[in-house]
Amino acid sequence: MTNYSVRKLQNGIMVGLMGAGAFLLLSILMGTLIYIALKGLSALNWDFFTKLPKPVGESGGGMANAIVGTLKLLGIAALIGVPFGFIGGVYLSEYGRKNKFGFFVRYSADLIAGVPSIVMGIFAYTLVVLPMGHFSTLAGGLGLGIMMIPIALRSTEEFLKLVPSSLREAGLALGLTQWKTITFIVIPSAFRGILTGILLDLARVAGETAPLLFTAFSNKYWSRGWLEPTASLPVMIYTYAISPYDDWHRQAWAAGLVLLLMILGTNLLARLVLRRYQPT
Amino acid sequence: MMTEITFTVENLKAGFGSHQVLRDINMQIPSRRVTAIIGPSGCGKSTLIRCLNRMHEVVPEAYLEGKIFLEGSPIYGVGIDPVLVRRRVGMVFQKANLFPSMTIFQNVASGLVLNGVRKKNEIQEKVESSLRKSALWEEVKGNLHESAMKLSGGQQQRLCIARALAIQPQVLLMDEPCSALDPISTARVEELIHELRENYTVVIVTHNMQQAARVSDFTAFLYMGELVEFGETKVLFTTPREKRTEDYITGRFG
Repeated sequence: MTNYSVRKLQNGIMVGLMGAGAFLLLSILMGTLIYIALKGLSALNWDFFTKLPKPVGESGGGMANAIVGTLKLLGIAALIGVPFGFIGGVYLSEYGRKNKFGFFVRYSADLIAGVPSIVMGIFAYTLVVLPMGHFSTLAGGLGLGIMMIPIALRSTEEFLKLVPSSLREAGLALGLTQWKTITFIVIPSAFRGILTGILLDLARVAGETAPLLFTAFSNKYWSRGWLEPTASLPVMIYTYAISPYDDWHRQAWAAGLVLLLMILGTNLLARLVLRRYQPT
Repeated sequence: MMTEITFTVENLKAGFGSHQVLRDINMQIPSRRVTAIIGPSGCGKSTLIRCLNRMHEVVPEAYLEGKIFLEGSPIYGVGIDPVLVRRRVGMVFQKANLFPSMTIFQNVASGLVLNGVRKKNEIQEKVESSLRKSALWEEVKGNLHESAMKLSGGQQQRLCIARALAIQPQVLLMDEPCSALDPISTARVEELIHELRENYTVVIVTHNMQQAARVSDFTAFLYMGELVEFGETKVLFTTPREKRTEDYITGRFG
């Protein structure tokens, strides 16, 4: 036994180190957020949300088309990524825990999750852009959607695995079929986690630029439909940030802030909705 | 003894993979009585009770041979739906396993609603009567629409009993229902078991021999997968026929 004052000192040092680690992490995060907010707010005005980009040399204008474009891209991505990821995740957790097919799917998902996003872009390019002969919102959404699948799949699986097997037994013992037990008992018990996982996944692809460069491409005007190229916030940030114009730099910061707020807003909304439907 | 029989178990062998748990069990479980299954850990008590509502086969690698009849008709066999067996044979587990995403009311109603009962007043009635039967109504009637997870451990276990009763089974299986409860909650559940025997066949697995003696009419002593002795509780605890039973109930092993 070391004496009391030595142990007290050791404890103090360890608590101090952990506190410092937590503080460092928080300060990096807050620093980034505050910096983006400060830089972005100066260029953010009503025009930014309602106007199209101005040609080079004219100041002002906005990114209305890119904001709508990003929403459309994320809509397609969610339509592809969420159902496949969610249903596949349910399969892996509830039916495919030990079998070969489950192992194969799980392994493939992990591999795909590790593929660089630009490769996903090439895949969507080959699948949609080449046969159609032009860039499109659809191709961009598909690229993002495929990127979403493996993460949505694995996070759904992990959250379902956390549901204790005693709940599945409770359902079965009430004379419920397996699918009813899964649908009405297991999934609702893990729903909060599953939704959080899917939203994080969506947030992750919302900021992807590489897969959009040669799928959705960009557009100076309103995209006239799902089969036309579209502007999007990440690609605009990229284009504007590497441009030589100060006005464009300011707008790139604003675009970053808007993207951030969109993700934050979605998260808060989901949390509010969940709170309403969960018993307290 | 001339009583009605709920379960007839014939040459039951069961286990997991290469591990045999139950060796040739033969027994008849009487109707509207409480039958306790006692024995040391790992003797197969839980496996036996889980064979009675086909929950044994839910575990991977589980196997089963032999026959079990519920009121004369087999519950194992080609074309027999385990789901229908489980609606007749309810079960309460060792630890309360309420559905965390549901309110108190929804938990009790879950078996009805998810099995397709639509009528609002029928559900309402059955929820209330099940809660009354499990002696919980007075405690929860004011907060039926709050989360069930706020209840105490003993209340949660009684809510599990109410949930099992709501679908009106003929039998209630209880797998060590009091092992996670304090003495006061245990006493309440035991009282409840006593009342349930008027309308239900109850089979209870217990570690606690005093509990078996208190609540049951019949006792089965299981040792290393064998049914050593089965008979009226009074007789088994006072004048056991088998040496092993006597050793166990007097605390010489197990």
